[in-house]
Amino acid sequence: MSTAFLGMPELPGGHGNLRGAAEFPDAARQALGNRQLRDNLAHATGAIRAKRSAVVDEVPDWEELRAAGSAVKADTLARLPELLEQLESAVQARGGVVHWARDAEEANRIVTELAGRQGAREVVKVKSMATQEIGLDAALDAAGITATETDLAELIVQLDNDRPSHILVPAIHRNRREIAEIFAEHMRDDQGRPPTDLGDDPAALTEAARRYLREKFLRTPVAVSGANFAVAETGTLCVVESEGNGRMCLTLPDTLITVMGIEKVVPTWRDLEIFLQLLPRSSTGERMNPYTSMWSGVHGEGGAPDGPREFHLVLLDNGRTRALADDVGRQALHCIRCSACLNVCPVYSRTGGHAYGSTYPGPIGAILSPLLTGMDADDTNASLPFASTLCGACYDVCPVKIDIPSVLVHLRGQATRSGHRTERATMRLLAWLMSSAGRFTAARRLMRLARFGARGGRFRRLPPPLSGWTDHRDLPAPPRRTFRQWWAARRRNGGGAR
Amino acid sequence: MRVALLATCVADTIAPRAARATVRLLERLGHEVDFPAEQTCCGQMHINSGYPDLAMRLIRHHADTFGGYDAVVLPSASCAGSIRHQHAVVARSRGDAGLAERADALAARTYELSELLVDVLGVHDVGARYPHRVTYHPTCHSLRMLRVGDRPLTLLRHVRDIDLVELPAAEECCGFGGTFAMKNSATSGAILADKVANIRSTAASVCAAADSSCLLHIGGGLSRSRTPVRTVHLAEILASTEGTDAL
Repeated sequence: MSTAFLGMPELPGGHGNLRGAAEFPDAARQALGNRQLRDNLAHATGAIRAKRSAVVDEVPDWEELRAAGSAVKADTLARLPELLEQLESAVQARGGVVHWARDAEEANRIVTELAGRQGAREVVKVKSMATQEIGLDAALDAAGITATETDLAELIVQLDNDRPSHILVPAIHRNRREIAEIFAEHMRDDQGRPPTDLGDDPAALTEAARRYLREKFLRTPVAVSGANFAVAETGTLCVVESEGNGRMCLTLPDTLITVMGIEKVVPTWRDLEIFLQLLPRSSTGERMNPYTSMWSGVHGEGGAPDGPREFHLVLLDNGRTRALADDVGRQALHCIRCSACLNVCPVYSRTGGHAYGSTYPGPIGAILSPLLTGMDADDTNASLPFASTLCGACYDVCPVKIDIPSVLVHLRGQATRSGHRTERATMRLLAWLMSSAGRFTAARRLMRLARFGARGGRFRRLPPPLSGWTDHRDLPAPPRRTFRQWWAARRRNGGGAR
Repeated sequence: MRVALLATCVADTIAPRAARATVRLLERLGHEVDFPAEQTCCGQMHINSGYPDLAMRLIRHHADTFGGYDAVVLPSASCAGSIRHQHAVVARSRGDAGLAERADALAARTYELSELLVDVLGVHDVGARYPHRVTYHPTCHSLRMLRVGDRPLTLLRHVRDIDLVELPAAEECCGFGGTFAMKNSATSGAILADKVANIRSTAASVCAAADSSCLLHIGGGLSRSRTPVRTVHLAEILASTEGTDAL
């Protein structure tokens, strides 16, 4: 498949958390061995899937909404430079400062310097995929600044020194008993005391987190957030969430730093109408999310009474322009991070998110991560486009109509360009054999000799690469006659219609 | 009408009963079936494994073999999906506009079996009898690529003496996914195990589907777990009448 190459410069610095250490099949095998994880995942993905389905089915114009969302995103990507400059001007006009970051390293440096300039030793964070992607917490930590995740699930993951495994529900791989253990072991208040009266009752666990986080909200001068949307015409940033902890971060601290992928911009205020319907129903399975925070610039300037005293917007590329240059793959940048595709995926719902290595797991991660990083030889991300059965469930639920199966197939075509030497040779041989009925028939005659190796009409164990099949399933021995032979015999005997 | 049968490489080689049943069924309904002898494989495996360049040879071969026919039927939703939704796209992306045009034209005349029966021939009751407890697995590509909807179930509901039982989580993939089953064997096996458990829960003696490849996968899982359920292609059930039983 052709890819328009626009001469993008190679990323000078690190990508952040977009690549895992292991290839997907190996990482997945490990995850599949964890029975508790399998149960937690099956339970949680099943529950969200049912909720989503119920609230989507009640919207009569859902398909029109999807089409509209997809069209706005396609239009945005087609004139991204213009819209980003418009956003920059609008944010500046309302007293904000705009920074441009080519990659994770640059974005981390900008945020760390900004926080350091405030003399901050601590920052509070709103749940954000972009800052997970760039590994901001670790970068701040290296600079002596402690970042506290304030989304409950992100907090669980952070306390446990773990990684998120789902876009919406980062701790989906944990159940409440495990969460209680994590809190008891790692949660300490200002005096270093662990939480008391901690059962595994969700209300008690939430109360413990609330007490822990309130201390942080009240004393921390700097907050860092991501953004779900940014409106180019007004310079308005938008964060949607469920808990209100994001709202605390966005309103209490004096300084707010927002890190946003450049594809999150939408042209006009009215466009939000579409996405604020699509996102909660697809994501949490709610008609509306509890908290939608919007702010434009800083408090007291530009006539806006809301917002912090100092506002910085960091516009993050980190491979997005590379993805944009791929004419089939660029639709991955439509993604509004709802995670509906994860919950319906037969692969994700069994392996969980860690197997994908990247901040972005599941079907969307399997295309987005390699599109953002590119796929070098021996790249673990080159295994991601193959981490799918191409069942198409992801495409059906995507609120912005990303044709994930087609992009997966497209990326497989790129992944096989390097390496894959034996496989390519085999595929070449097969293509040659199968492009002539004579050769195909001759090859099958040879193959049918294998009948003699079968027991009870089936193979229970075969050598590699066919062992991949017989590890989990039997293979029937080829039947005595192919269809072609049956057809030929039938015609000889004068059977059939002619 | 006269219909060209694409048996598909999987059915021709490993599951010939599905292709034979397709012939018998269509002939019983009064149609003429031709089997173009040069046919081989639609190339889906090459396309989906990341070798569109090599698939071009098979796409061209398919267009050469079936170009002259008014209607092509195949007992596979997956191969029909590839022919309808991938052939022209691949040809175009490889810069062969002529082949893309031929592929587009052929795609419009290509039907999965239940589509041909319901949409083109206008039959719901094919006159079949199948006295067994059957559960139906709607394959991913029939559901989400071809969008055959309830056509297969409509046909099955008209079969005499059939005891059709609903499969829990029917619309979920069986974990096959072509080369996925080998490359991601463990994950594929985990998905399959759940499909097998769901089939077992129906107490059916037969699991039916519209794709021989998915049936091969499900059948392999049933056999490995010693579950006494047979896998049978939709065409075999529809071709069964008084006196014949699972051809």
